[in-house]
Amino acid sequence: MQQSLARDAGREARLRRFDLKLWGPFLALAALMVLGLLVNPTFLSPGNLLNVVTRTAFIGIIAVGATFVITAGGLDLSVGSMAAFISGVMIIAMNALVQQLGPGWSTVSAGMALALVLGLVAGAVNGIAITRGRIEAFIVTLGTMGIYRSLVTYIADGGTITLASPVRATYRPVYYDSVLGIPYPILLFAIVAVIGAVVMNRTRFGRYVSAIGSNEAVARYSAIHVDRVKTLTYVIQGMCVALAVIIYVPRLGSASATTGLLWELEAIAAVIIGGTALRGGFGRIWGTVAGAIMLAMIGNILNLTGAISAYLNGAIQGVIIIVAVLLQRGGTPRR
Amino acid sequence: MGQPIVAVESLAKSFGPVQVLFDIDFALEQGEVHALVGENGAGKSTLMKILSGYEQPTSGLICLDGNPITLPDSGTAERLGIVLIHQEFALAEHLTVEENIFLGREIRRGWLLDKKAMRDQSRAILRELDCTVDPDSRVQDLSVSDKQMVEIAKAVSREARVLIMDEPTAVLTGTETQVLFRLIRRLKAQGVTIVYISHKLDEVAEISDRLSVLRDGVLVETRPTAQTSQEDMATLMVGRPLSDLFLPKSPPVSDADRVLEVERVSVPGWVHDASFDLRRGEILGFAGLIGAGRTELMEAVLGLRRRTGGTIRRNGAALRIRDMADAVTAGIVYLTEDRKGKGLLLDKHLRPNLTLLALDRYGRVLVDEAAEEQALRVAANAFDIRAKRLDATAGTLSGGNQQKLLLAKTMQVEPEIIIIDEPTRGIDIGTKRQIYHFIHDLIGRGKSCIVISSELQEIVGLAHRVVVMRQGRVTGILSGEDVTEQEIVRYATGLKQQEASSDAAVLGA
Repeated sequence: MQQSLARDAGREARLRRFDLKLWGPFLALAALMVLGLLVNPTFLSPGNLLNVVTRTAFIGIIAVGATFVITAGGLDLSVGSMAAFISGVMIIAMNALVQQLGPGWSTVSAGMALALVLGLVAGAVNGIAITRGRIEAFIVTLGTMGIYRSLVTYIADGGTITLASPVRATYRPVYYDSVLGIPYPILLFAIVAVIGAVVMNRTRFGRYVSAIGSNEAVARYSAIHVDRVKTLTYVIQGMCVALAVIIYVPRLGSASATTGLLWELEAIAAVIIGGTALRGGFGRIWGTVAGAIMLAMIGNILNLTGAISAYLNGAIQGVIIIVAVLLQRGGTPRR
Repeated sequence: MGQPIVAVESLAKSFGPVQVLFDIDFALEQGEVHALVGENGAGKSTLMKILSGYEQPTSGLICLDGNPITLPDSGTAERLGIVLIHQEFALAEHLTVEENIFLGREIRRGWLLDKKAMRDQSRAILRELDCTVDPDSRVQDLSVSDKQMVEIAKAVSREARVLIMDEPTAVLTGTETQVLFRLIRRLKAQGVTIVYISHKLDEVAEISDRLSVLRDGVLVETRPTAQTSQEDMATLMVGRPLSDLFLPKSPPVSDADRVLEVERVSVPGWVHDASFDLRRGEILGFAGLIGAGRTELMEAVLGLRRRTGGTIRRNGAALRIRDMADAVTAGIVYLTEDRKGKGLLLDKHLRPNLTLLALDRYGRVLVDEAAEEQALRVAANAFDIRAKRLDATAGTLSGGNQQKLLLAKTMQVEPEIIIIDEPTRGIDIGTKRQIYHFIHDLIGRGKSCIVISSELQEIVGLAHRVVVMRQGRVTGILSGEDVTEQEIVRYATGLKQQEASSDAAVLGA
């Protein structure tokens, strides 16, 4: 009667894991907010919270894309470099277009469109190299990570690429303005998250993504076009990077060799804290959103306390990632 | 007989509110082969896990050499000489044979491993087992039967007094089974007690001295095998006489349309120039030893494996199949023999598993979950899928129920041609019968079926015609009176061969 044994053990384990996986990230986020409130009441002020979430938006949007890649059993290390490269090319292109289109919205829109095309192509390159080339995702994206980082350093000639100030004046509100009190970055983040959640949870594509991450052979034997779906997850990732760039560029109006540094790790961390399994098969977009916000909040709380140096931000984030994975495993590892 | 080496008295086991073993009295004599039979879910594996210390009983007594003991947790019972060989092997795939045999009890010289001593001992043990495996080869490179030999070698090297084998022949061919039986007899002569768990009653009859029957967690009877016919065993297992395992075959369909013609398909390293055809309403059996290339041929036909050359025609028209999706569009489905590895998403619930192949029927973009839920209820009913809860994961189902779920999943696309690879491997006799009846039902509805099986009884009981493969070639296509176990074995082992490569012989059957 090993079946019923497995059945019971499985159900118990699942109940434990399930709850934690599903609600853990949100409980942790709530706990963090209580902690923040205890540390400094201004933490919960709408101004501070909106500020935190606005600054989370880039990582958050990228992490939504990363949720798809990771759920399908893949990994994309190139997102940070890709963001820097797309930012650089976008700024150079907009500066060049000012001559023809003037410093108004037509130039900015053209820049945005270019960013999206670049994101799509860069994602497709990653995806096709991984699926058609049959190379490990880790290797391919480690390679493209180096390539994009080097390219952005090259086109910036080791320095900084700066957006021409008339264009910047036009573009600036995209980061700094808000509609109905909600800053545009948060709005975009929310839209991306909602679409991401619907695609992941309700569509055939989302089902295929998690089937592939769960067991690629089963997916292939179930008539799923595995290569196509996997490539698409990288394309989604690329588009998300482009969207993040579109709200990032107006913030500083420049790009350099250090733009987007370590974003890939923050994005992956947000996904993992959110309860998505790194080995693939289970993706949770809302968990990712909570994870991204948590990561930003830790830094914010440290800044507000002053008791612990904000330089320890990374260490605390690291501890939280490890604890999150331990909790998700739900007790003792299986034999 | 003397004192039993291991005995349990009034043993019971519950998992939460569910009691799975009731008041079991069971004793093993030294040097006997004791078969344990029962349907899937009867409690065999749980009982054996308790005997080997992987589970603790809820109540009752375990005695070793007459003394009540508490078996230590998870596998340390091995030190007391009780070794369980799992259904799924517990070998470290990346390590060598020798490293596996000595895993956890390596021989050391000072700080370093004494590789030479371990290699020599491994070689000696393997030689004793009549096994030609090289101790230096990696386990991942071994065939399934060799892996089993390594498992046994590992147990023997631990000086097992009681060796528990859970379905040891599920993955073995007839010849390999005989090697295993020779080995069991030799171990028995050395005084080792063997518990032999199997669904294959002919094997139980051949190898065991006594047998115990478990049914629904109760030990129904223990008796000498010599006084028990296979018919009796089956009756004891299911609690009722089992007459109609196979239904009478429908008349042969030699004049029906050819729904599938496969010509001269080759798969590098596996299949050479294989041709066959399938008619509407026909059950076409594929027989052969493990490694004969049957699965590989089917996978190549379905675009799951690269093939060189060959043509496929569906209803007379040439058909291009690049992947499973093309096959499904052409009305062809395939039930893999590897249902855990390639058939079902074990960590997903039943519902997504059921609809995975046919998901386009549940909405163009958004998935209609209510329709899926409905389909699951219908399928659970139609295919008699027994799960405690319909929102369980596929991995928690018993083997038979997993197979029925897989069957339900592939039938979701309403196929015309169903290719089933090892339809009843590791499945109890009651479920077997259900699956056979289901296949008959399909044929009755004008579908066509290819059954790949290593169980000759199954092939002979089901198939109208039988394609026999040997070493990647089709060596014979048998029909009518020729479909017998003896005849199949002749072709499978190379004693006989038809001119299989000429089209006339292939298509004229």
